Amino acid sequence: MQSSTVDSKSQIAIASEQEAAEHHEHPDLRMIGVYVFLLADSMTFLGFFSALLIYRAIIPVWPPEGTPELELLIPILNTSILVASSFVMHRGQTALKNNDIKGLQTWFAITAVMGALFLSGQAYEYFHAEFGLTTNLFASCFYVLTGFHGLHVMTGVLLILSVLWRSREEGHYTSGSHFGVEAAEIYWHFVDVIWLVLFVLVYVIN
Amino acid sequence: MSTTIERDVSTTTEGHKEHPQRKWQDYFSFSTDHKVIGIQYLTTAFLFYFIGGALAEVMRTELATPDPDFIQPEFYNQTMTMHGTIMLFLWIIPAGAAFANFLIPLMIGTEDMAFPRLNAVAFWMIPPGGILLLSSFFNGAPQAGWTSYPPLSLVSGKSGEEIWILSILILGTSSIFGAMNFATTILLMRMPDMDIHSMPLFCWSMLATSGLVLLGTPVLAAALILLSLDLIAGTAFFNPAGGGDPVLYQHMFWFYSHPAVYIMVLPFFGIISEVLPVHARKPIFGYRAIAYSSLAISFLGLIVWAHHMFSSGTPGWLRMFFMATTMVIAVPTGIKVFSWCATLWGGKLSLNSALLFGVGFLSSFLIGGLSGVMLASVPFDIHVHDTYFIVGHFHYVLFGGSVFGLFAGVYHWFPKMTGRMLNETWGQIHFVMTFIGFNITFLPMHQLGLQGMNRRIALYDPQFETLNMVCTIGSYILALSTLPFIINVVWSWLKGKKAPRNPWHALTLEWQTASPPIIENFEEEPVMWAGPYDYGIDTESIDGDEDVEDMLAAVTAEGK
Repeated sequence: MQSSTVDSKSQIAIASEQEAAEHHEHPDLRMIGVYVFLLADSMTFLGFFSALLIYRAIIPVWPPEGTPELELLIPILNTSILVASSFVMHRGQTALKNNDIKGLQTWFAITAVMGALFLSGQAYEYFHAEFGLTTNLFASCFYVLTGFHGLHVMTGVLLILSVLWRSREEGHYTSGSHFGVEAAEIYWHFVDVIWLVLFVLVYVIN
Repeated sequence: MSTTIERDVSTTTEGHKEHPQRKWQDYFSFSTDHKVIGIQYLTTAFLFYFIGGALAEVMRTELATPDPDFIQPEFYNQTMTMHGTIMLFLWIIPAGAAFANFLIPLMIGTEDMAFPRLNAVAFWMIPPGGILLLSSFFNGAPQAGWTSYPPLSLVSGKSGEEIWILSILILGTSSIFGAMNFATTILLMRMPDMDIHSMPLFCWSMLATSGLVLLGTPVLAAALILLSLDLIAGTAFFNPAGGGDPVLYQHMFWFYSHPAVYIMVLPFFGIISEVLPVHARKPIFGYRAIAYSSLAISFLGLIVWAHHMFSSGTPGWLRMFFMATTMVIAVPTGIKVFSWCATLWGGKLSLNSALLFGVGFLSSFLIGGLSGVMLASVPFDIHVHDTYFIVGHFHYVLFGGSVFGLFAGVYHWFPKMTGRMLNETWGQIHFVMTFIGFNITFLPMHQLGLQGMNRRIALYDPQFETLNMVCTIGSYILALSTLPFIINVVWSWLKGKKAPRNPWHALTLEWQTASPPIIENFEEEPVMWAGPYDYGIDTESIDGDEDVEDMLAAVTAEGK
């Protein structure tokens, strides 16, 4: 295993040297790009979170009078689903690293289902909430934060589905090269961590 | 800075085989070549500069007399908002990105950006964003100023404001994609010989800029999403009528928009650090001081935003904090200014257009920087808040700083970008007219502000008429000054003298390849045979018989 990768590397090196000294393999920095993008994305959430915290600090009664108690059962279930899904997803990547494409597909499919469950829980919560977007400042914050996060979850599910779609083609993802799998997973973990912060800020401390 | 000679440059003469050239159609396509993208950015930015400039002339014509007799006050507000937005988001920021795109891969000796396709996407978001913004003129353009403070922005025309928000979100996303590319490329794609302390200072300044874009722009996006919901969905995040807090918008807005000032000026600090040593034939003074002061400016730039809000009911202790941090920013900026002066000191200056604009940058930016320190102090700021003193100050920073730096860059790199030399006489005429027009336009504004003339109004007290007339005349000179520039660029691009590979005898790597550079930049691995600024230093430190000047002569001759 170890020696074979070294071999193929040196072969590539020789081949490219022979080809021409002019053209080089473009370095693959896509994962770095994903991290940098997530850094920027987290700043958007930071903006929303600080808005919420500032309202909390400056508005005399918070949440404003007349805000009904938030139902906690579904959000807690949702939190555990999302946290668990991160571990499920990681098993998918581990499977791929052992050249087990079936394992990748199974675990990723379960993750996608868990993501969909989360979104349905969220939708249920929206339809049964006793307040609307414009009821008061807290309600608006609630919908914007959970909504913006929900969009991220939806994007994550779509990413997972596209990984599943591409994995049908044999050799598209290999144990050594699977940017799509890795990127989708990092993104999913990111969305997960954001949710934990959001859960504390929106549900716990109010 | 290490000086290593690993290969004799003069042996590269066999590189005469024909390289595929870019066709003109490539410049209108979704090209992933960083040089094409750089030129796309630059020409697009210049188009918007002329539009923004025309809007400025409309405003100055209106302000020539105290009465609003040339345009309606409502249209004046629209003009003012669009002028500011276009100049910041469609001129200065894309122009900085233009140089970054064209230069970074060449300067660090690589073939392209880290993410070429993302780079093309970033550029192609600019024309739709700009056209969208301009389209608002047909539907009632936004009137709330480029800051769009609520509640004014919530009550001054819904469609224009919403178009403004969408357009800024598009342009902001483009700028984030650009910054992802710049930072990754600079940090991870340098040629093997180049450590981080031997890369050109322009790369340092783009690194600092990219950090600010990545940390600041998303917060602006958050603020604009909330503002947009207030505008169209009836929420009250920033609307006091519904219990919201307009000052929160100001905090979120300035958290981006103060760093944005550095996003707009740091790239041009980088350009100046490249232009001055080449044309003064001296090593840059204080390489590390300039490099690290860029990072210091970035960091401090993130914690000074509330100095825009001294009169927004900011509590005293917060004012003290922001006053102190704002004044501290003068230290890294001062380090840069002194280093540039020391670079010029005793140099063999060739006073060509590029260096003239560089020196023009230094003198005008100094005034803008110093009036910035004045404004940092709370009592003075409260006195001149929302007056023409502010307008004078930020035009000295953004025009005197950024735009002069930008022109210095254009004159310096035009031969590299197009393969043609610009006409020197016309360049100097351009400089003289710009410098005179600029100072006549913006210097009197300081006095107007101190006397109490408010900004952002079409109608003003007749006592200010004389000085306003002076400003207006200055602005006409400024408008005329673009004519020699346009003529020079168009004529030189078509018929100018062919540029050799290294007309300025410069040491940075972009001058080691053809003018314009071939498609993948270098015929063969570029060689760092000197630090980027080792001009006129003791040549004995370089081993071998050749000194830097000889090698430069060889490179120059070869390109002819």
